[in-house]
Amino acid sequence: MLQIKNLHAGVEETDILKGINLEVKAGEVHAIMGPNGSGKSTLASVIAGKEEFDVTQGNIYFESEDIAELAPEERAHKGIFLSFQYPVEIPGVSVTNFIKTAINENRKAKGLEDMPANEMLKMIREKAEMFEMDRKFLSRSLNEGFSGGEKKRNEIFQLAMLDPKLAILDETDSGLDIDALRVVANGVNKLKSNKNAIVVITHYQRLLDHIVPDFVHVLMDGKIVKTGTKELAYELEERGYDWIKEEAKAV
Amino acid sequence: MSLKDKLVSSYLAFEDYIDADSHIHEIRNKAIKTFENSGFPTKKEEAWKYTSLNSIIKEDYCIFPKKENTVEFKEVKKYFLHEIDTYKIVFIDGVYNSFLSETTHDKVDVCLMSSALSKPKYKAVVENYFNKIAKDDSLTSLNTAFAKEGAYIFIPKHREVEKPIEIINFATGNEAALLLQPRNLIVVEENAHVQIIERHQSLTGNAVFTNSVTEIFAEKNSSVDFYKVQNDNNGASLIDNTFISQKDGSNVSVHTFSFGGKLIRNNLNFYQKGEHVNSTLKGITIIEDKQHVDHNTLVNHIEPNCESHQDYKGIFAGNSTGVFNGRIIVEKEAQKTDAFQQNNNILIDDKATINSKPQLEIFADDVKCSHGCTIGQLDEEAMFYLQTRGIRKKEAQALLMYAFASNVLESVKIPELKARITKLIAKKIGVNLGFNL
Repeated sequence: MLQIKNLHAGVEETDILKGINLEVKAGEVHAIMGPNGSGKSTLASVIAGKEEFDVTQGNIYFESEDIAELAPEERAHKGIFLSFQYPVEIPGVSVTNFIKTAINENRKAKGLEDMPANEMLKMIREKAEMFEMDRKFLSRSLNEGFSGGEKKRNEIFQLAMLDPKLAILDETDSGLDIDALRVVANGVNKLKSNKNAIVVITHYQRLLDHIVPDFVHVLMDGKIVKTGTKELAYELEERGYDWIKEEAKAV
Repeated sequence: MSLKDKLVSSYLAFEDYIDADSHIHEIRNKAIKTFENSGFPTKKEEAWKYTSLNSIIKEDYCIFPKKENTVEFKEVKKYFLHEIDTYKIVFIDGVYNSFLSETTHDKVDVCLMSSALSKPKYKAVVENYFNKIAKDDSLTSLNTAFAKEGAYIFIPKHREVEKPIEIINFATGNEAALLLQPRNLIVVEENAHVQIIERHQSLTGNAVFTNSVTEIFAEKNSSVDFYKVQNDNNGASLIDNTFISQKDGSNVSVHTFSFGGKLIRNNLNFYQKGEHVNSTLKGITIIEDKQHVDHNTLVNHIEPNCESHQDYKGIFAGNSTGVFNGRIIVEKEAQKTDAFQQNNNILIDDKATINSKPQLEIFADDVKCSHGCTIGQLDEEAMFYLQTRGIRKKEAQALLMYAFASNVLESVKIPELKARITKLIAKKIGVNLGFNL
């Protein structure tokens, strides 16, 4: 589904990603771990199409199509979703109105009519229930005054509504207490199928107890230096990253 | 002949043709002299540095339209807040139109300035209030000299007007160029409450120059909510001179929505003449092309323990220009004043301009005054966020512009008006926000 080949990207003259290779197939869950500043969030942003970053080398293919030239919204229409580490506050626009706009924009891109209001409402209620969000929450301004946990829950609610093929969860666990983490993870697991894929970016292994990865990649200084299975995440939790650094140097 | 000369010489004819008592007449005579001495303001004056009237005053305006013009209700229905019941004072080319109006004398007076100026029963109120707070600058004086028609609203003690009052000035375009000078007087007595919506609407692209003066007197513990909807055609220019006097415990808010017109200048003046007064000044400006909107505000804190809140948002596209000049004076006696002023602007295009100037003059030592001004573009991170949800760039921009302006709408107390303004904003930005209104 997603193929990244020798990807170099950065801002202005500075490369942040220095040759990433990654393949994600439908039905898989990948975790990307790594110390601060290793380029995890940059990788997520580059896949989603943030214009601030220049791709200097390499390619990103989504369903065999090179998406490097596509605008973020075009990538979204193809089925890529990025859950933000720091979701943006949009005053005056309610969660409901926002998601309606997003859904209908996606439908428009596919040549479909707006979703009928009652159908939309039903779907919003269903998904909101899934993440234990009450009705009051839906009429609040998007992310404005939300707690860290509410923001993340709202991100995953949008994920559920938009039902993408590829979901990239950037530090979704930060700011979540254990209960909220469980709600969010359960939701993500319910959305999982053999047709979609999930990339989880995280510092900690605890989210991976709930969303179990097929592969764990360690990103360091803009490169994937080690790939393993979920056991690697436990090892990182215990031993930190220094040993990998040593290993990488030795190679 | 210059417009100034034409006006001064027309005054003689005007004098003969109206019948007014000597008290008013003296005020008028004095006012025309002031105008004759100072003429129209030029960019040499500090307060007019960024706004030039040259292109407006070069037109050959008709000053007194010869015949009474009419319009069909169905043609102008959309300019009324027809979803709800309102009182209406409607003028067509400066002449009162009884067919479109709905006035009242039931416990409150919602009627005409021409009646108030000529009928004995209003004499006491007129003597007490007319031209008592209006300044004697040249444009206000010009209006005063020709003051004849407009809205007269008198709300006696402890009365709450149960429905909003709409003041609408239509220009038919039957004249190639028309000068209008409405004069409104609004007196809200102790504990009384009123909501007013004012609109100037030209029905064609012909030149219209409106120089309007409104005096509002908010007595003890009264409350006035005033909404100015400025969404006129590109041939229409407006100079709105509004003067507000507030007594103890009164609450006055003025919202100004400037979405269209050739040139708009809002001279909005608040005088706090009592303690525990609350003044609110809010505005949303969204303009494009060569449109020009200038907000010139004054809040004069004269007495202690008062508050003022100013929040003006502006979005400027194309070659449009905006001006915000917010002056706050805190006089020596006005201790414990809490004055807040905020002016935020977004420039959409490279050629759009905004000149923003806060002006604080504080003579008291125990006050809280804050002001802030920003000029910027739309937030890139927010744009990216919306785009990753599949929202196209143009829609995303619109959503962010709406979000930027929306907090000004929160204080609009008439839900139907709020919905109207939201729709106008959506239309102005050129997108369907997809909202349930």
